[in-house]
Amino acid sequence: MQSLLVIIVLILLAVAIWQLTKIFDLTQVGLAANNSQVANNQDNKVQGYLMFAFIAFFYIFMIYGLIVWGPLVLDNPASEHGTDVDFLMNITWVLIFIVQFITQLLLHYFAFKYRGTKDAKALYFADNNKLELIWSTIPAVVLAGLILYGLYAWTNIMFVNEQEEDVIVIELYAKQFGWEARYAGEDNVLGKANVRYIEGINTLGVDMGDTNAQDDKMATELYLPKGKKVLFKMRSQDVLHSAYMPHFRAQMNCVPGMVTQFAFVPSLTTEEYRAIPKITDKVANINKLRAKKSIALAANGQVALDPYEFDFLLLCNKICGASHYNMQMKITVVSPEEYKAWLAEKPTMSQQMKEAAASAEPAVIPAVSADSTMVEAPIVVLAN
Amino acid sequence: MSVEGHTHDHEEEHHHKDTFITKYIFSIDHKMIAKQYLITGIIMGVIGVGMSMLFRMQLAWPEEAFGIFKFFLGEKFAPGGVLKNDAYLALVTIHGTIMVFFVLTAGLSGTFSNLLIPLQIGARDMASGFMNMISYWLFFLSSVIMISSLFVESGPASSGWTIYPPLSALPQAIPGSGMGMTLWLIAMAIFIASSLMGSLNYVVTVINLRTKGMSMTRLPLTIWTFFVTAIIGIVSFPVLLSAALLLIMDRSFGTSFFLSDIYIAGEVLHYQGGSPVLFEHLFWFLGHPEVYIVILPAMGIVSEVLATNSRKPIFGYRAMIVSTLAIAFLSTIVWGHHMFVSGMNPFLGSVFTFTTLLIAIPSAVKAFNWITTIWKGNLQLNPAMLFSIGMVSTFISGGLTGIILGDSTLDINVHDTYFVIAHFHLVMGISALYGMFAGIYHWFPKMFGRMMNKNLGYVHFWVTAVSAYGVFFPMHFIGLAGLPRRYYTNTNFPLFDDLQNVNVLITIFALIGGAFTLVFLFNFFYSIFYGEKAIQNPWKATTLEWTTPVEHIHGNWPGAIPEVYRWPYDYSKPGWDVDFVPQNVPMKEGEEVLNH
Repeated sequence: MQSLLVIIVLILLAVAIWQLTKIFDLTQVGLAANNSQVANNQDNKVQGYLMFAFIAFFYIFMIYGLIVWGPLVLDNPASEHGTDVDFLMNITWVLIFIVQFITQLLLHYFAFKYRGTKDAKALYFADNNKLELIWSTIPAVVLAGLILYGLYAWTNIMFVNEQEEDVIVIELYAKQFGWEARYAGEDNVLGKANVRYIEGINTLGVDMGDTNAQDDKMATELYLPKGKKVLFKMRSQDVLHSAYMPHFRAQMNCVPGMVTQFAFVPSLTTEEYRAIPKITDKVANINKLRAKKSIALAANGQVALDPYEFDFLLLCNKICGASHYNMQMKITVVSPEEYKAWLAEKPTMSQQMKEAAASAEPAVIPAVSADSTMVEAPIVVLAN
Repeated sequence: MSVEGHTHDHEEEHHHKDTFITKYIFSIDHKMIAKQYLITGIIMGVIGVGMSMLFRMQLAWPEEAFGIFKFFLGEKFAPGGVLKNDAYLALVTIHGTIMVFFVLTAGLSGTFSNLLIPLQIGARDMASGFMNMISYWLFFLSSVIMISSLFVESGPASSGWTIYPPLSALPQAIPGSGMGMTLWLIAMAIFIASSLMGSLNYVVTVINLRTKGMSMTRLPLTIWTFFVTAIIGIVSFPVLLSAALLLIMDRSFGTSFFLSDIYIAGEVLHYQGGSPVLFEHLFWFLGHPEVYIVILPAMGIVSEVLATNSRKPIFGYRAMIVSTLAIAFLSTIVWGHHMFVSGMNPFLGSVFTFTTLLIAIPSAVKAFNWITTIWKGNLQLNPAMLFSIGMVSTFISGGLTGIILGDSTLDINVHDTYFVIAHFHLVMGISALYGMFAGIYHWFPKMFGRMMNKNLGYVHFWVTAVSAYGVFFPMHFIGLAGLPRRYYTNTNFPLFDDLQNVNVLITIFALIGGAFTLVFLFNFFYSIFYGEKAIQNPWKATTLEWTTPVEHIHGNWPGAIPEVYRWPYDYSKPGWDVDFVPQNVPMKEGEEVLNH
């Protein structure tokens, strides 16, 4: 309310000033018009030199950025196709830098070199077919190369042969504001699912009447085996989310009402990735920053920050609500043997259902009610 | 300022005296409507840019208390001066909406199409002055509704300017999808009606009302871009309207166009069979052409200003027209590059990669033609010229990273990160703003009969140029580091702790750039009243608008409409002593057409 009042006062003030200027305006009638606000020789000279200074600033800023911020950029892909992606990215960057360097230099240098004077006359140069031809065909040829390589890589990444022997199928399940996973189990086939089956601990809405669903296993963190192709089947229960795994160069939206997919082969375990010198440096640097921040926090009587250890992450990368900024799941890549051992320890969903039913026996009566929406809510809250 | 005292051909048309209301409010004069668009656009721009300052502060100093948050947003959105997470999303949503539609579409196209189309083609006014007035007032109404959505109890729309359902359809998912979203949709529906009326008017005017001798290949490039922009708008805006209507149906009438299988707040909703991906297709069928609706007028303005201030013909006039048409055509078949990871068939991804990268060709032609235009010129470095050179620079810098984003393979990992923010802000945000500033500095004398102060203009340009790169250049790096956009804070990811210093630097540049916009605002409003009186043709330009009297009159020319004898870029033509030959000057005996 107070700010509204201030705004109204400001508007009234503006109106008052405007009215006053109308009066001033009347006193100005008959004043001669002139040219003093058009650039003269002196302005052209100063601005021309500033153009020259600007291109210097521009390159210095660019080099500074590359040196200081360059190391922040994701490197060392942790998936097999990631190497292809990064290779294409690097080629593209080389091209961009060449074009950027030349065009910006020409633009600003010409602005400096041809700064005007009163007596100079410009060259009447309206057209030249040869030049036009050069700068439409060169980009066309270069782009053709980029497009071809890009499409080749894209096809390899996106088209997955599901009949392939070694594909491990995992479901990624997104909801406001967290991730869950479901492993397909022995048969490597995910049981059917729909949000209408969500009940109790069956938070993914798996159809437990489906035989394929019996051996499915739920998880709240992702374990992936190194060197095996993992096919993610993605679902969302409420709004759009996006499963973003930057270190694996992987991303796909999770869309309510449909199943989307993305596959990759992890090429480094978490341990191996942590041992990469660039990553140890990065982690050391982050921990230095966190320690500094912790001192400030401690001075205010707040809890200090935990030291950071590198982990692969799954982030949400599609705006999904107020807590979008905190929707993550840890990914651990291990050797195939460790993966098998980890998965074997997990109970299957049918086991979990039976246990839950057994332990909740006394209170189970409302859960079988046909009008499920009324009773579902409290159950789900418990399960979460 | 009134028409009295002028005697001319069609005086009987406007012998009445204008009242304040008919002159300044319900005006059907295209020049007044242009000024109305501009000033409304500037006010919306101040709001939109102001919002970005607020959320940039949150990003640099997350969850710290600032009095300024409390002052502008109140206890509800910033309890104790700390910005709330849903208020952050509301700010980025409304910032995007306002800047894209209200400033860079209506403010830019609306202003300069209205001002320049009749003046540069030699017409007394738009084909339909009345429809033109309605177009402005619908825009005004839509602005008022959009702003009023900031004051509703549940907050304004907060699902991003792309309003993807289900987030935008379900108030359970985010409070802003309640009343705030309803107002957003109503405002946009009205905005689209306004835009269509404007666009139809521009197209009809350019086709029918050109003066004698003004063939299509003698049109200034400004008119070509406004004309093509209007056509793109007519083709694509109705599709957004249909998407908005279907979304209204889903929200209020229980249909399932975009929604299916949703479980939220402990409840299964009845929706079945719709697809959010359908909405994305409909949205981007407008959304992508929209960025060309924003940038093409800026390109036209820049072409005009570069030629005039280089005292040189624009290089490759025909190539400029062809590339404008090529961009317009391609713009309608590339929308899928916003959806590479949306879950659509990957084969479509291949097709859209191909069409998208093709756009680089006409864009490269434009950039090289601009650079060649200033080569061996006699550059008059007025503020408008500086902004035009700046626009070429930011268009190249931003455009080049489009090669990465347009390539589906590379887009996988940078999609929806700060890399995208850096790219589109440079290539269409900053570039279009520079085009708009260039247009304002250049045509201010035509609009207000006075000159803007050049020294303030220089200060405005240089600070803006440095801070624009200062903001968006570092953003490429944090995007490539994997930082997602639309995060309220990054503190929940220790992985991103080392990006915090960069975010602080970006915010400092943003605050400096934002603060120096006040220099422009002061210069603009001060010069309207106290600026030096302009002479008829201060920049020594060749186009027809500079043959009209400084003081505005209905019908633009006191006498007959001038006839056109040459193309608009006869600067420094051999055989002439003066360095410009206006379009209405007949060819001399034996003078040759040298432009092709």
